[in-house]
Amino acid sequence: MSVIALPTRRDEAWRYSDIDAVATAWPLPAPESIVVPAGDDFKRAIVQDAGDIRQIEMSIGKGATASLHVLNIGGAYGRIELDVTLHEGADFHLGAAQIGGGEQNLEIVTTVTHAEPGATSRQMVRSVLGGTATGTYLGKVAVARDAQQTDSEQDVKAMLLERSATANAKPELEIFADDVKCAHGCAIGELDAMSLYYLQSRGLPPAEAKKILLQAFVAGVFDGAEDEEKLQALALTKLGELV
Amino acid sequence: MLKIENLHATVADKPILKGLSLAINAGEIHAIMGPNGAGKSTLSYVLGGRPGYEVTEGSATFDGQDLLALDPHERAAAGLFLGFQYPVEIPGVSNVQFLRESLNAQRKARGQEPLSGGDFLKLAREKAGLLKMDMDMLKRPVNVGFSGGEKKRNEMVQMGILDPKLAILDETDSGLDIDALRIVGDGINAIMRRPDKAVLLITHYQRLLDYVRPDFVHVLAGGRIVKSGGPELALELEREGYAEIAA
Repeated sequence: MSVIALPTRRDEAWRYSDIDAVATAWPLPAPESIVVPAGDDFKRAIVQDAGDIRQIEMSIGKGATASLHVLNIGGAYGRIELDVTLHEGADFHLGAAQIGGGEQNLEIVTTVTHAEPGATSRQMVRSVLGGTATGTYLGKVAVARDAQQTDSEQDVKAMLLERSATANAKPELEIFADDVKCAHGCAIGELDAMSLYYLQSRGLPPAEAKKILLQAFVAGVFDGAEDEEKLQALALTKLGELV
Repeated sequence: MLKIENLHATVADKPILKGLSLAINAGEIHAIMGPNGAGKSTLSYVLGGRPGYEVTEGSATFDGQDLLALDPHERAAAGLFLGFQYPVEIPGVSNVQFLRESLNAQRKARGQEPLSGGDFLKLAREKAGLLKMDMDMLKRPVNVGFSGGEKKRNEMVQMGILDPKLAILDETDSGLDIDALRIVGDGINAIMRRPDKAVLLITHYQRLLDYVRPDFVHVLAGGRIVKSGGPELALELEREGYAEIAA
């Protein structure tokens, strides 16, 4: 077994990581491997609430669908790394929220490879960050030479509750086919002052008004999740701690 | 109920209100009219506590309390409602969820028990019916995709549900067609025309006042009330324009 060297911040995929925290967990166990057989339908919800580094390698077979819902909220450093390969006509959906305060460093790092034609991938990631927390999304979509009719989308938004928080977002495309649709959008913002005022003018205390807006901000990512209600409830509790 | 004395307020350090005084008693409906830039919306936001609207002099009391010392949500719990000129769209937040939480937050602040989901829906259905608004719209995200008229009707449904003592309605009539104007006017009367309630209507036009007949009409110009009178003053303004009256 070869021990790979501890990453440094010069490694693109670890650029914003808490390397000290990574060092204490090093060497990492082998990534979890998930193989979705052709034609299958796979669903999984992942809640990272203890400060873990999770690495998942996933292969989605011909015509299969897989949807992952991720809530990244716990620990000083929490990293979720996904390496997904799509075969012909496969479909991958990621709905993820990371919510952090204090000095938390949370990251979601994905590599989605469209290896064969006609596959679709959708990634929707929402981050809410307070204190001096850092939230990072690094998302690479690779389209192989033969993977025509690829349709991929990355929809990434972050909300900063304080100016001292940091959001990093980097959607990245590497395309070797010529008949593809790869959309990516990315926005980092703050809560809308007029919306907050409107809600407060109806009687909601400031913390409640913020919470309701943030709940709406992250809500969409868990649509269709197996544990949708549980994920929403956990997210809401965590949001309640930040406002 | 509301007593404003010598109110001065600035927005971004620019003086807008310059010594405004006004008293509104329970059971009264007052209309404030005035040219663009007179300070009408500023007055409504200052009374509603919007951040950025700074009072530099004077006072405003609401049922004897110092209104200006209260946060916006505390003003609501005290019984003040502000009808927005441009109601805000809030994607992802359903009207009913937000209104139920708002009402229950107000009730909590007043030491009352929260309203159950069933009782709340009954109340919401009743008030939506009053404004001829479809219950489905109330389940949709706040004001998202609503027409200008629907947004204003939604404001009135909110007012019906929250049941304030004093409503300040900032150009609630703008953007309404003739039928909607009548519905909104009837709604204001049904909800607010009571001996223990009062309304401050801010408007540019006489037409809303055909439906909601004011007891007093004031002309606001240059940040102060320059003339007050009965309902006939609104007609006079409509006929002669502000230039003549405010001069």
